[in-house]
Amino acid sequence: MIIKTTKSIPSHEITDEKVFKERRTLIKSLLAATVVGNSHSLMAQTNSVKWENLAQSELSAKTLTPTPEKLVKDYTNYYEFSFGKEDSTKLAQPLVIDPWSIEISGEVENAGKFNLEDILSKQTLEERIYRFRCVEAWSMVVPWVGFPLVNLLNMAKPLSTANFVKFTTVEQPDVMPNLRNQSVLHWPYTEGLRIDEATHPLTILAVGMYGDVLPKQNGAPLRLIVPWKYGFKSAKAIVKIELLKKAPLTSWNKSAPDEYGFYANVNPSIPHPRWSQNSERLLGSGFFTSRRQTELFNGYGDQVAHLYNDMDLRHFF
Amino acid sequence: MMEQISTLLTMIKSKDHRWNVIFTICLLPLLGLLIDIIFNNLGSNPIQALHIRLGDWSLRFLGITLAVTPAQTIMHWRGMAEYRKLFGLYSFFYATLHILTYIIVDNNFMWGMIWTDILESPYIWFGVIAYVIVFLLGITTPNAIKKMLGKNWKKLHRFIYLAGIVGVIHYFWQLKGNLAEPLLYTLILFFLLGFRALVEFTRRRLSNMMMPKRME
Repeated sequence: MIIKTTKSIPSHEITDEKVFKERRTLIKSLLAATVVGNSHSLMAQTNSVKWENLAQSELSAKTLTPTPEKLVKDYTNYYEFSFGKEDSTKLAQPLVIDPWSIEISGEVENAGKFNLEDILSKQTLEERIYRFRCVEAWSMVVPWVGFPLVNLLNMAKPLSTANFVKFTTVEQPDVMPNLRNQSVLHWPYTEGLRIDEATHPLTILAVGMYGDVLPKQNGAPLRLIVPWKYGFKSAKAIVKIELLKKAPLTSWNKSAPDEYGFYANVNPSIPHPRWSQNSERLLGSGFFTSRRQTELFNGYGDQVAHLYNDMDLRHFF
Repeated sequence: MMEQISTLLTMIKSKDHRWNVIFTICLLPLLGLLIDIIFNNLGSNPIQALHIRLGDWSLRFLGITLAVTPAQTIMHWRGMAEYRKLFGLYSFFYATLHILTYIIVDNNFMWGMIWTDILESPYIWFGVIAYVIVFLLGITTPNAIKKMLGKNWKKLHRFIYLAGIVGVIHYFWQLKGNLAEPLLYTLILFFLLGFRALVEFTRRRLSNMMMPKRME
């Protein structure tokens, strides 16, 4: 008698050859991203890593001039690797990002692990030029490539009991020094949004920037971008998304609750306990140019202010 | 290179050029900064990098100034006062550049924005206190003023300890995660101030011993 220990694969789970080939292309492009940093000549040869002529979203700030790409690549807060904004550029390169899947669980009908390639094959990528404002009072303008987070959430079919969304960043202690040292934060890095924030059309999952795949130090292969909130809300290298009834405890909020609130909406009139948030240094602006006046909700007030209509922003900072 | 360094060391050893050589060496951090500005070596946020590096050097020179007296005591050197003065003035010099960078290079004289920034940033208050002290110590350096102030000069210049403490707090309080460097400064400051406390304690104990012993 033959005892079958493995189920035969049902036909609907077998990958169509065309889809399979597309996946290979995507993997190649993701792999190519790993060499972007040190070999421009190789890039010139393959010349196929960029998304060209991407559709510009209605929500993209087409009139803004993006910050020079190099400045954005070499100025990242990726504390898993380093406290030095320039150090992560090199340190993040050993991060393993292929294969990549995202686990969606909690208050959803269709929980499970979603393969990144499968997710992307169902999405139309678009370019979103957004302002990015760090809680440390510097800012930049980045053309992200991505898709609305709500599209992914819908794949998992959230239940009506899902009030909050929690995001978890990858843990790879072998290549992340500060995970081994247990430095600063409790790892893994977690962030959270209210469901109406998460499903807002401005909230995206980015897989690229400047028409190319995301550099590892900028959060490859997939990161959250919430343009009206301080940068630390936009978690990098996401591996898990949980839909929850109650608000999750997020990394910075847990580490210093008086300094970093759950909402972390950009607001020039609510200073951080130790420094002002009234103005910001726009990366790429020269010596002897003044700082930029920070805008409420980072300038996205028209689209998002209604989410906080009845709230005291001083209390819910 | 080795040759130049050994000539430099001989020059420091011989008394004639020592002051001039040390005076010049103290200008090297500024030269390094100018080179980094010219060759665009200050990274993605060059204004902040410039600002921070000037602040760092001001704090370092403050530490060096505070280290002169303990070094003199331990090594049995003499006549270091003029160097203590020199280093102190360099701390004042780099602190002034630090503040000018903030006002001019970073904020381009936007006084409204500067005022709000200072008002809302407690870490800057500590910087302001440190600068006021260093400024007062700096402008009371000339011998004529020293004579004029008499005993008060020494009392005033004791405030350098406070400047060191608030300077380190100023550094500490602006950071989000990386505390290694300010911790190092705190440790150094702790030793420098601790040394003085120890000297004072020993002095008191010794002078107590000098008191005549009376029979009950």
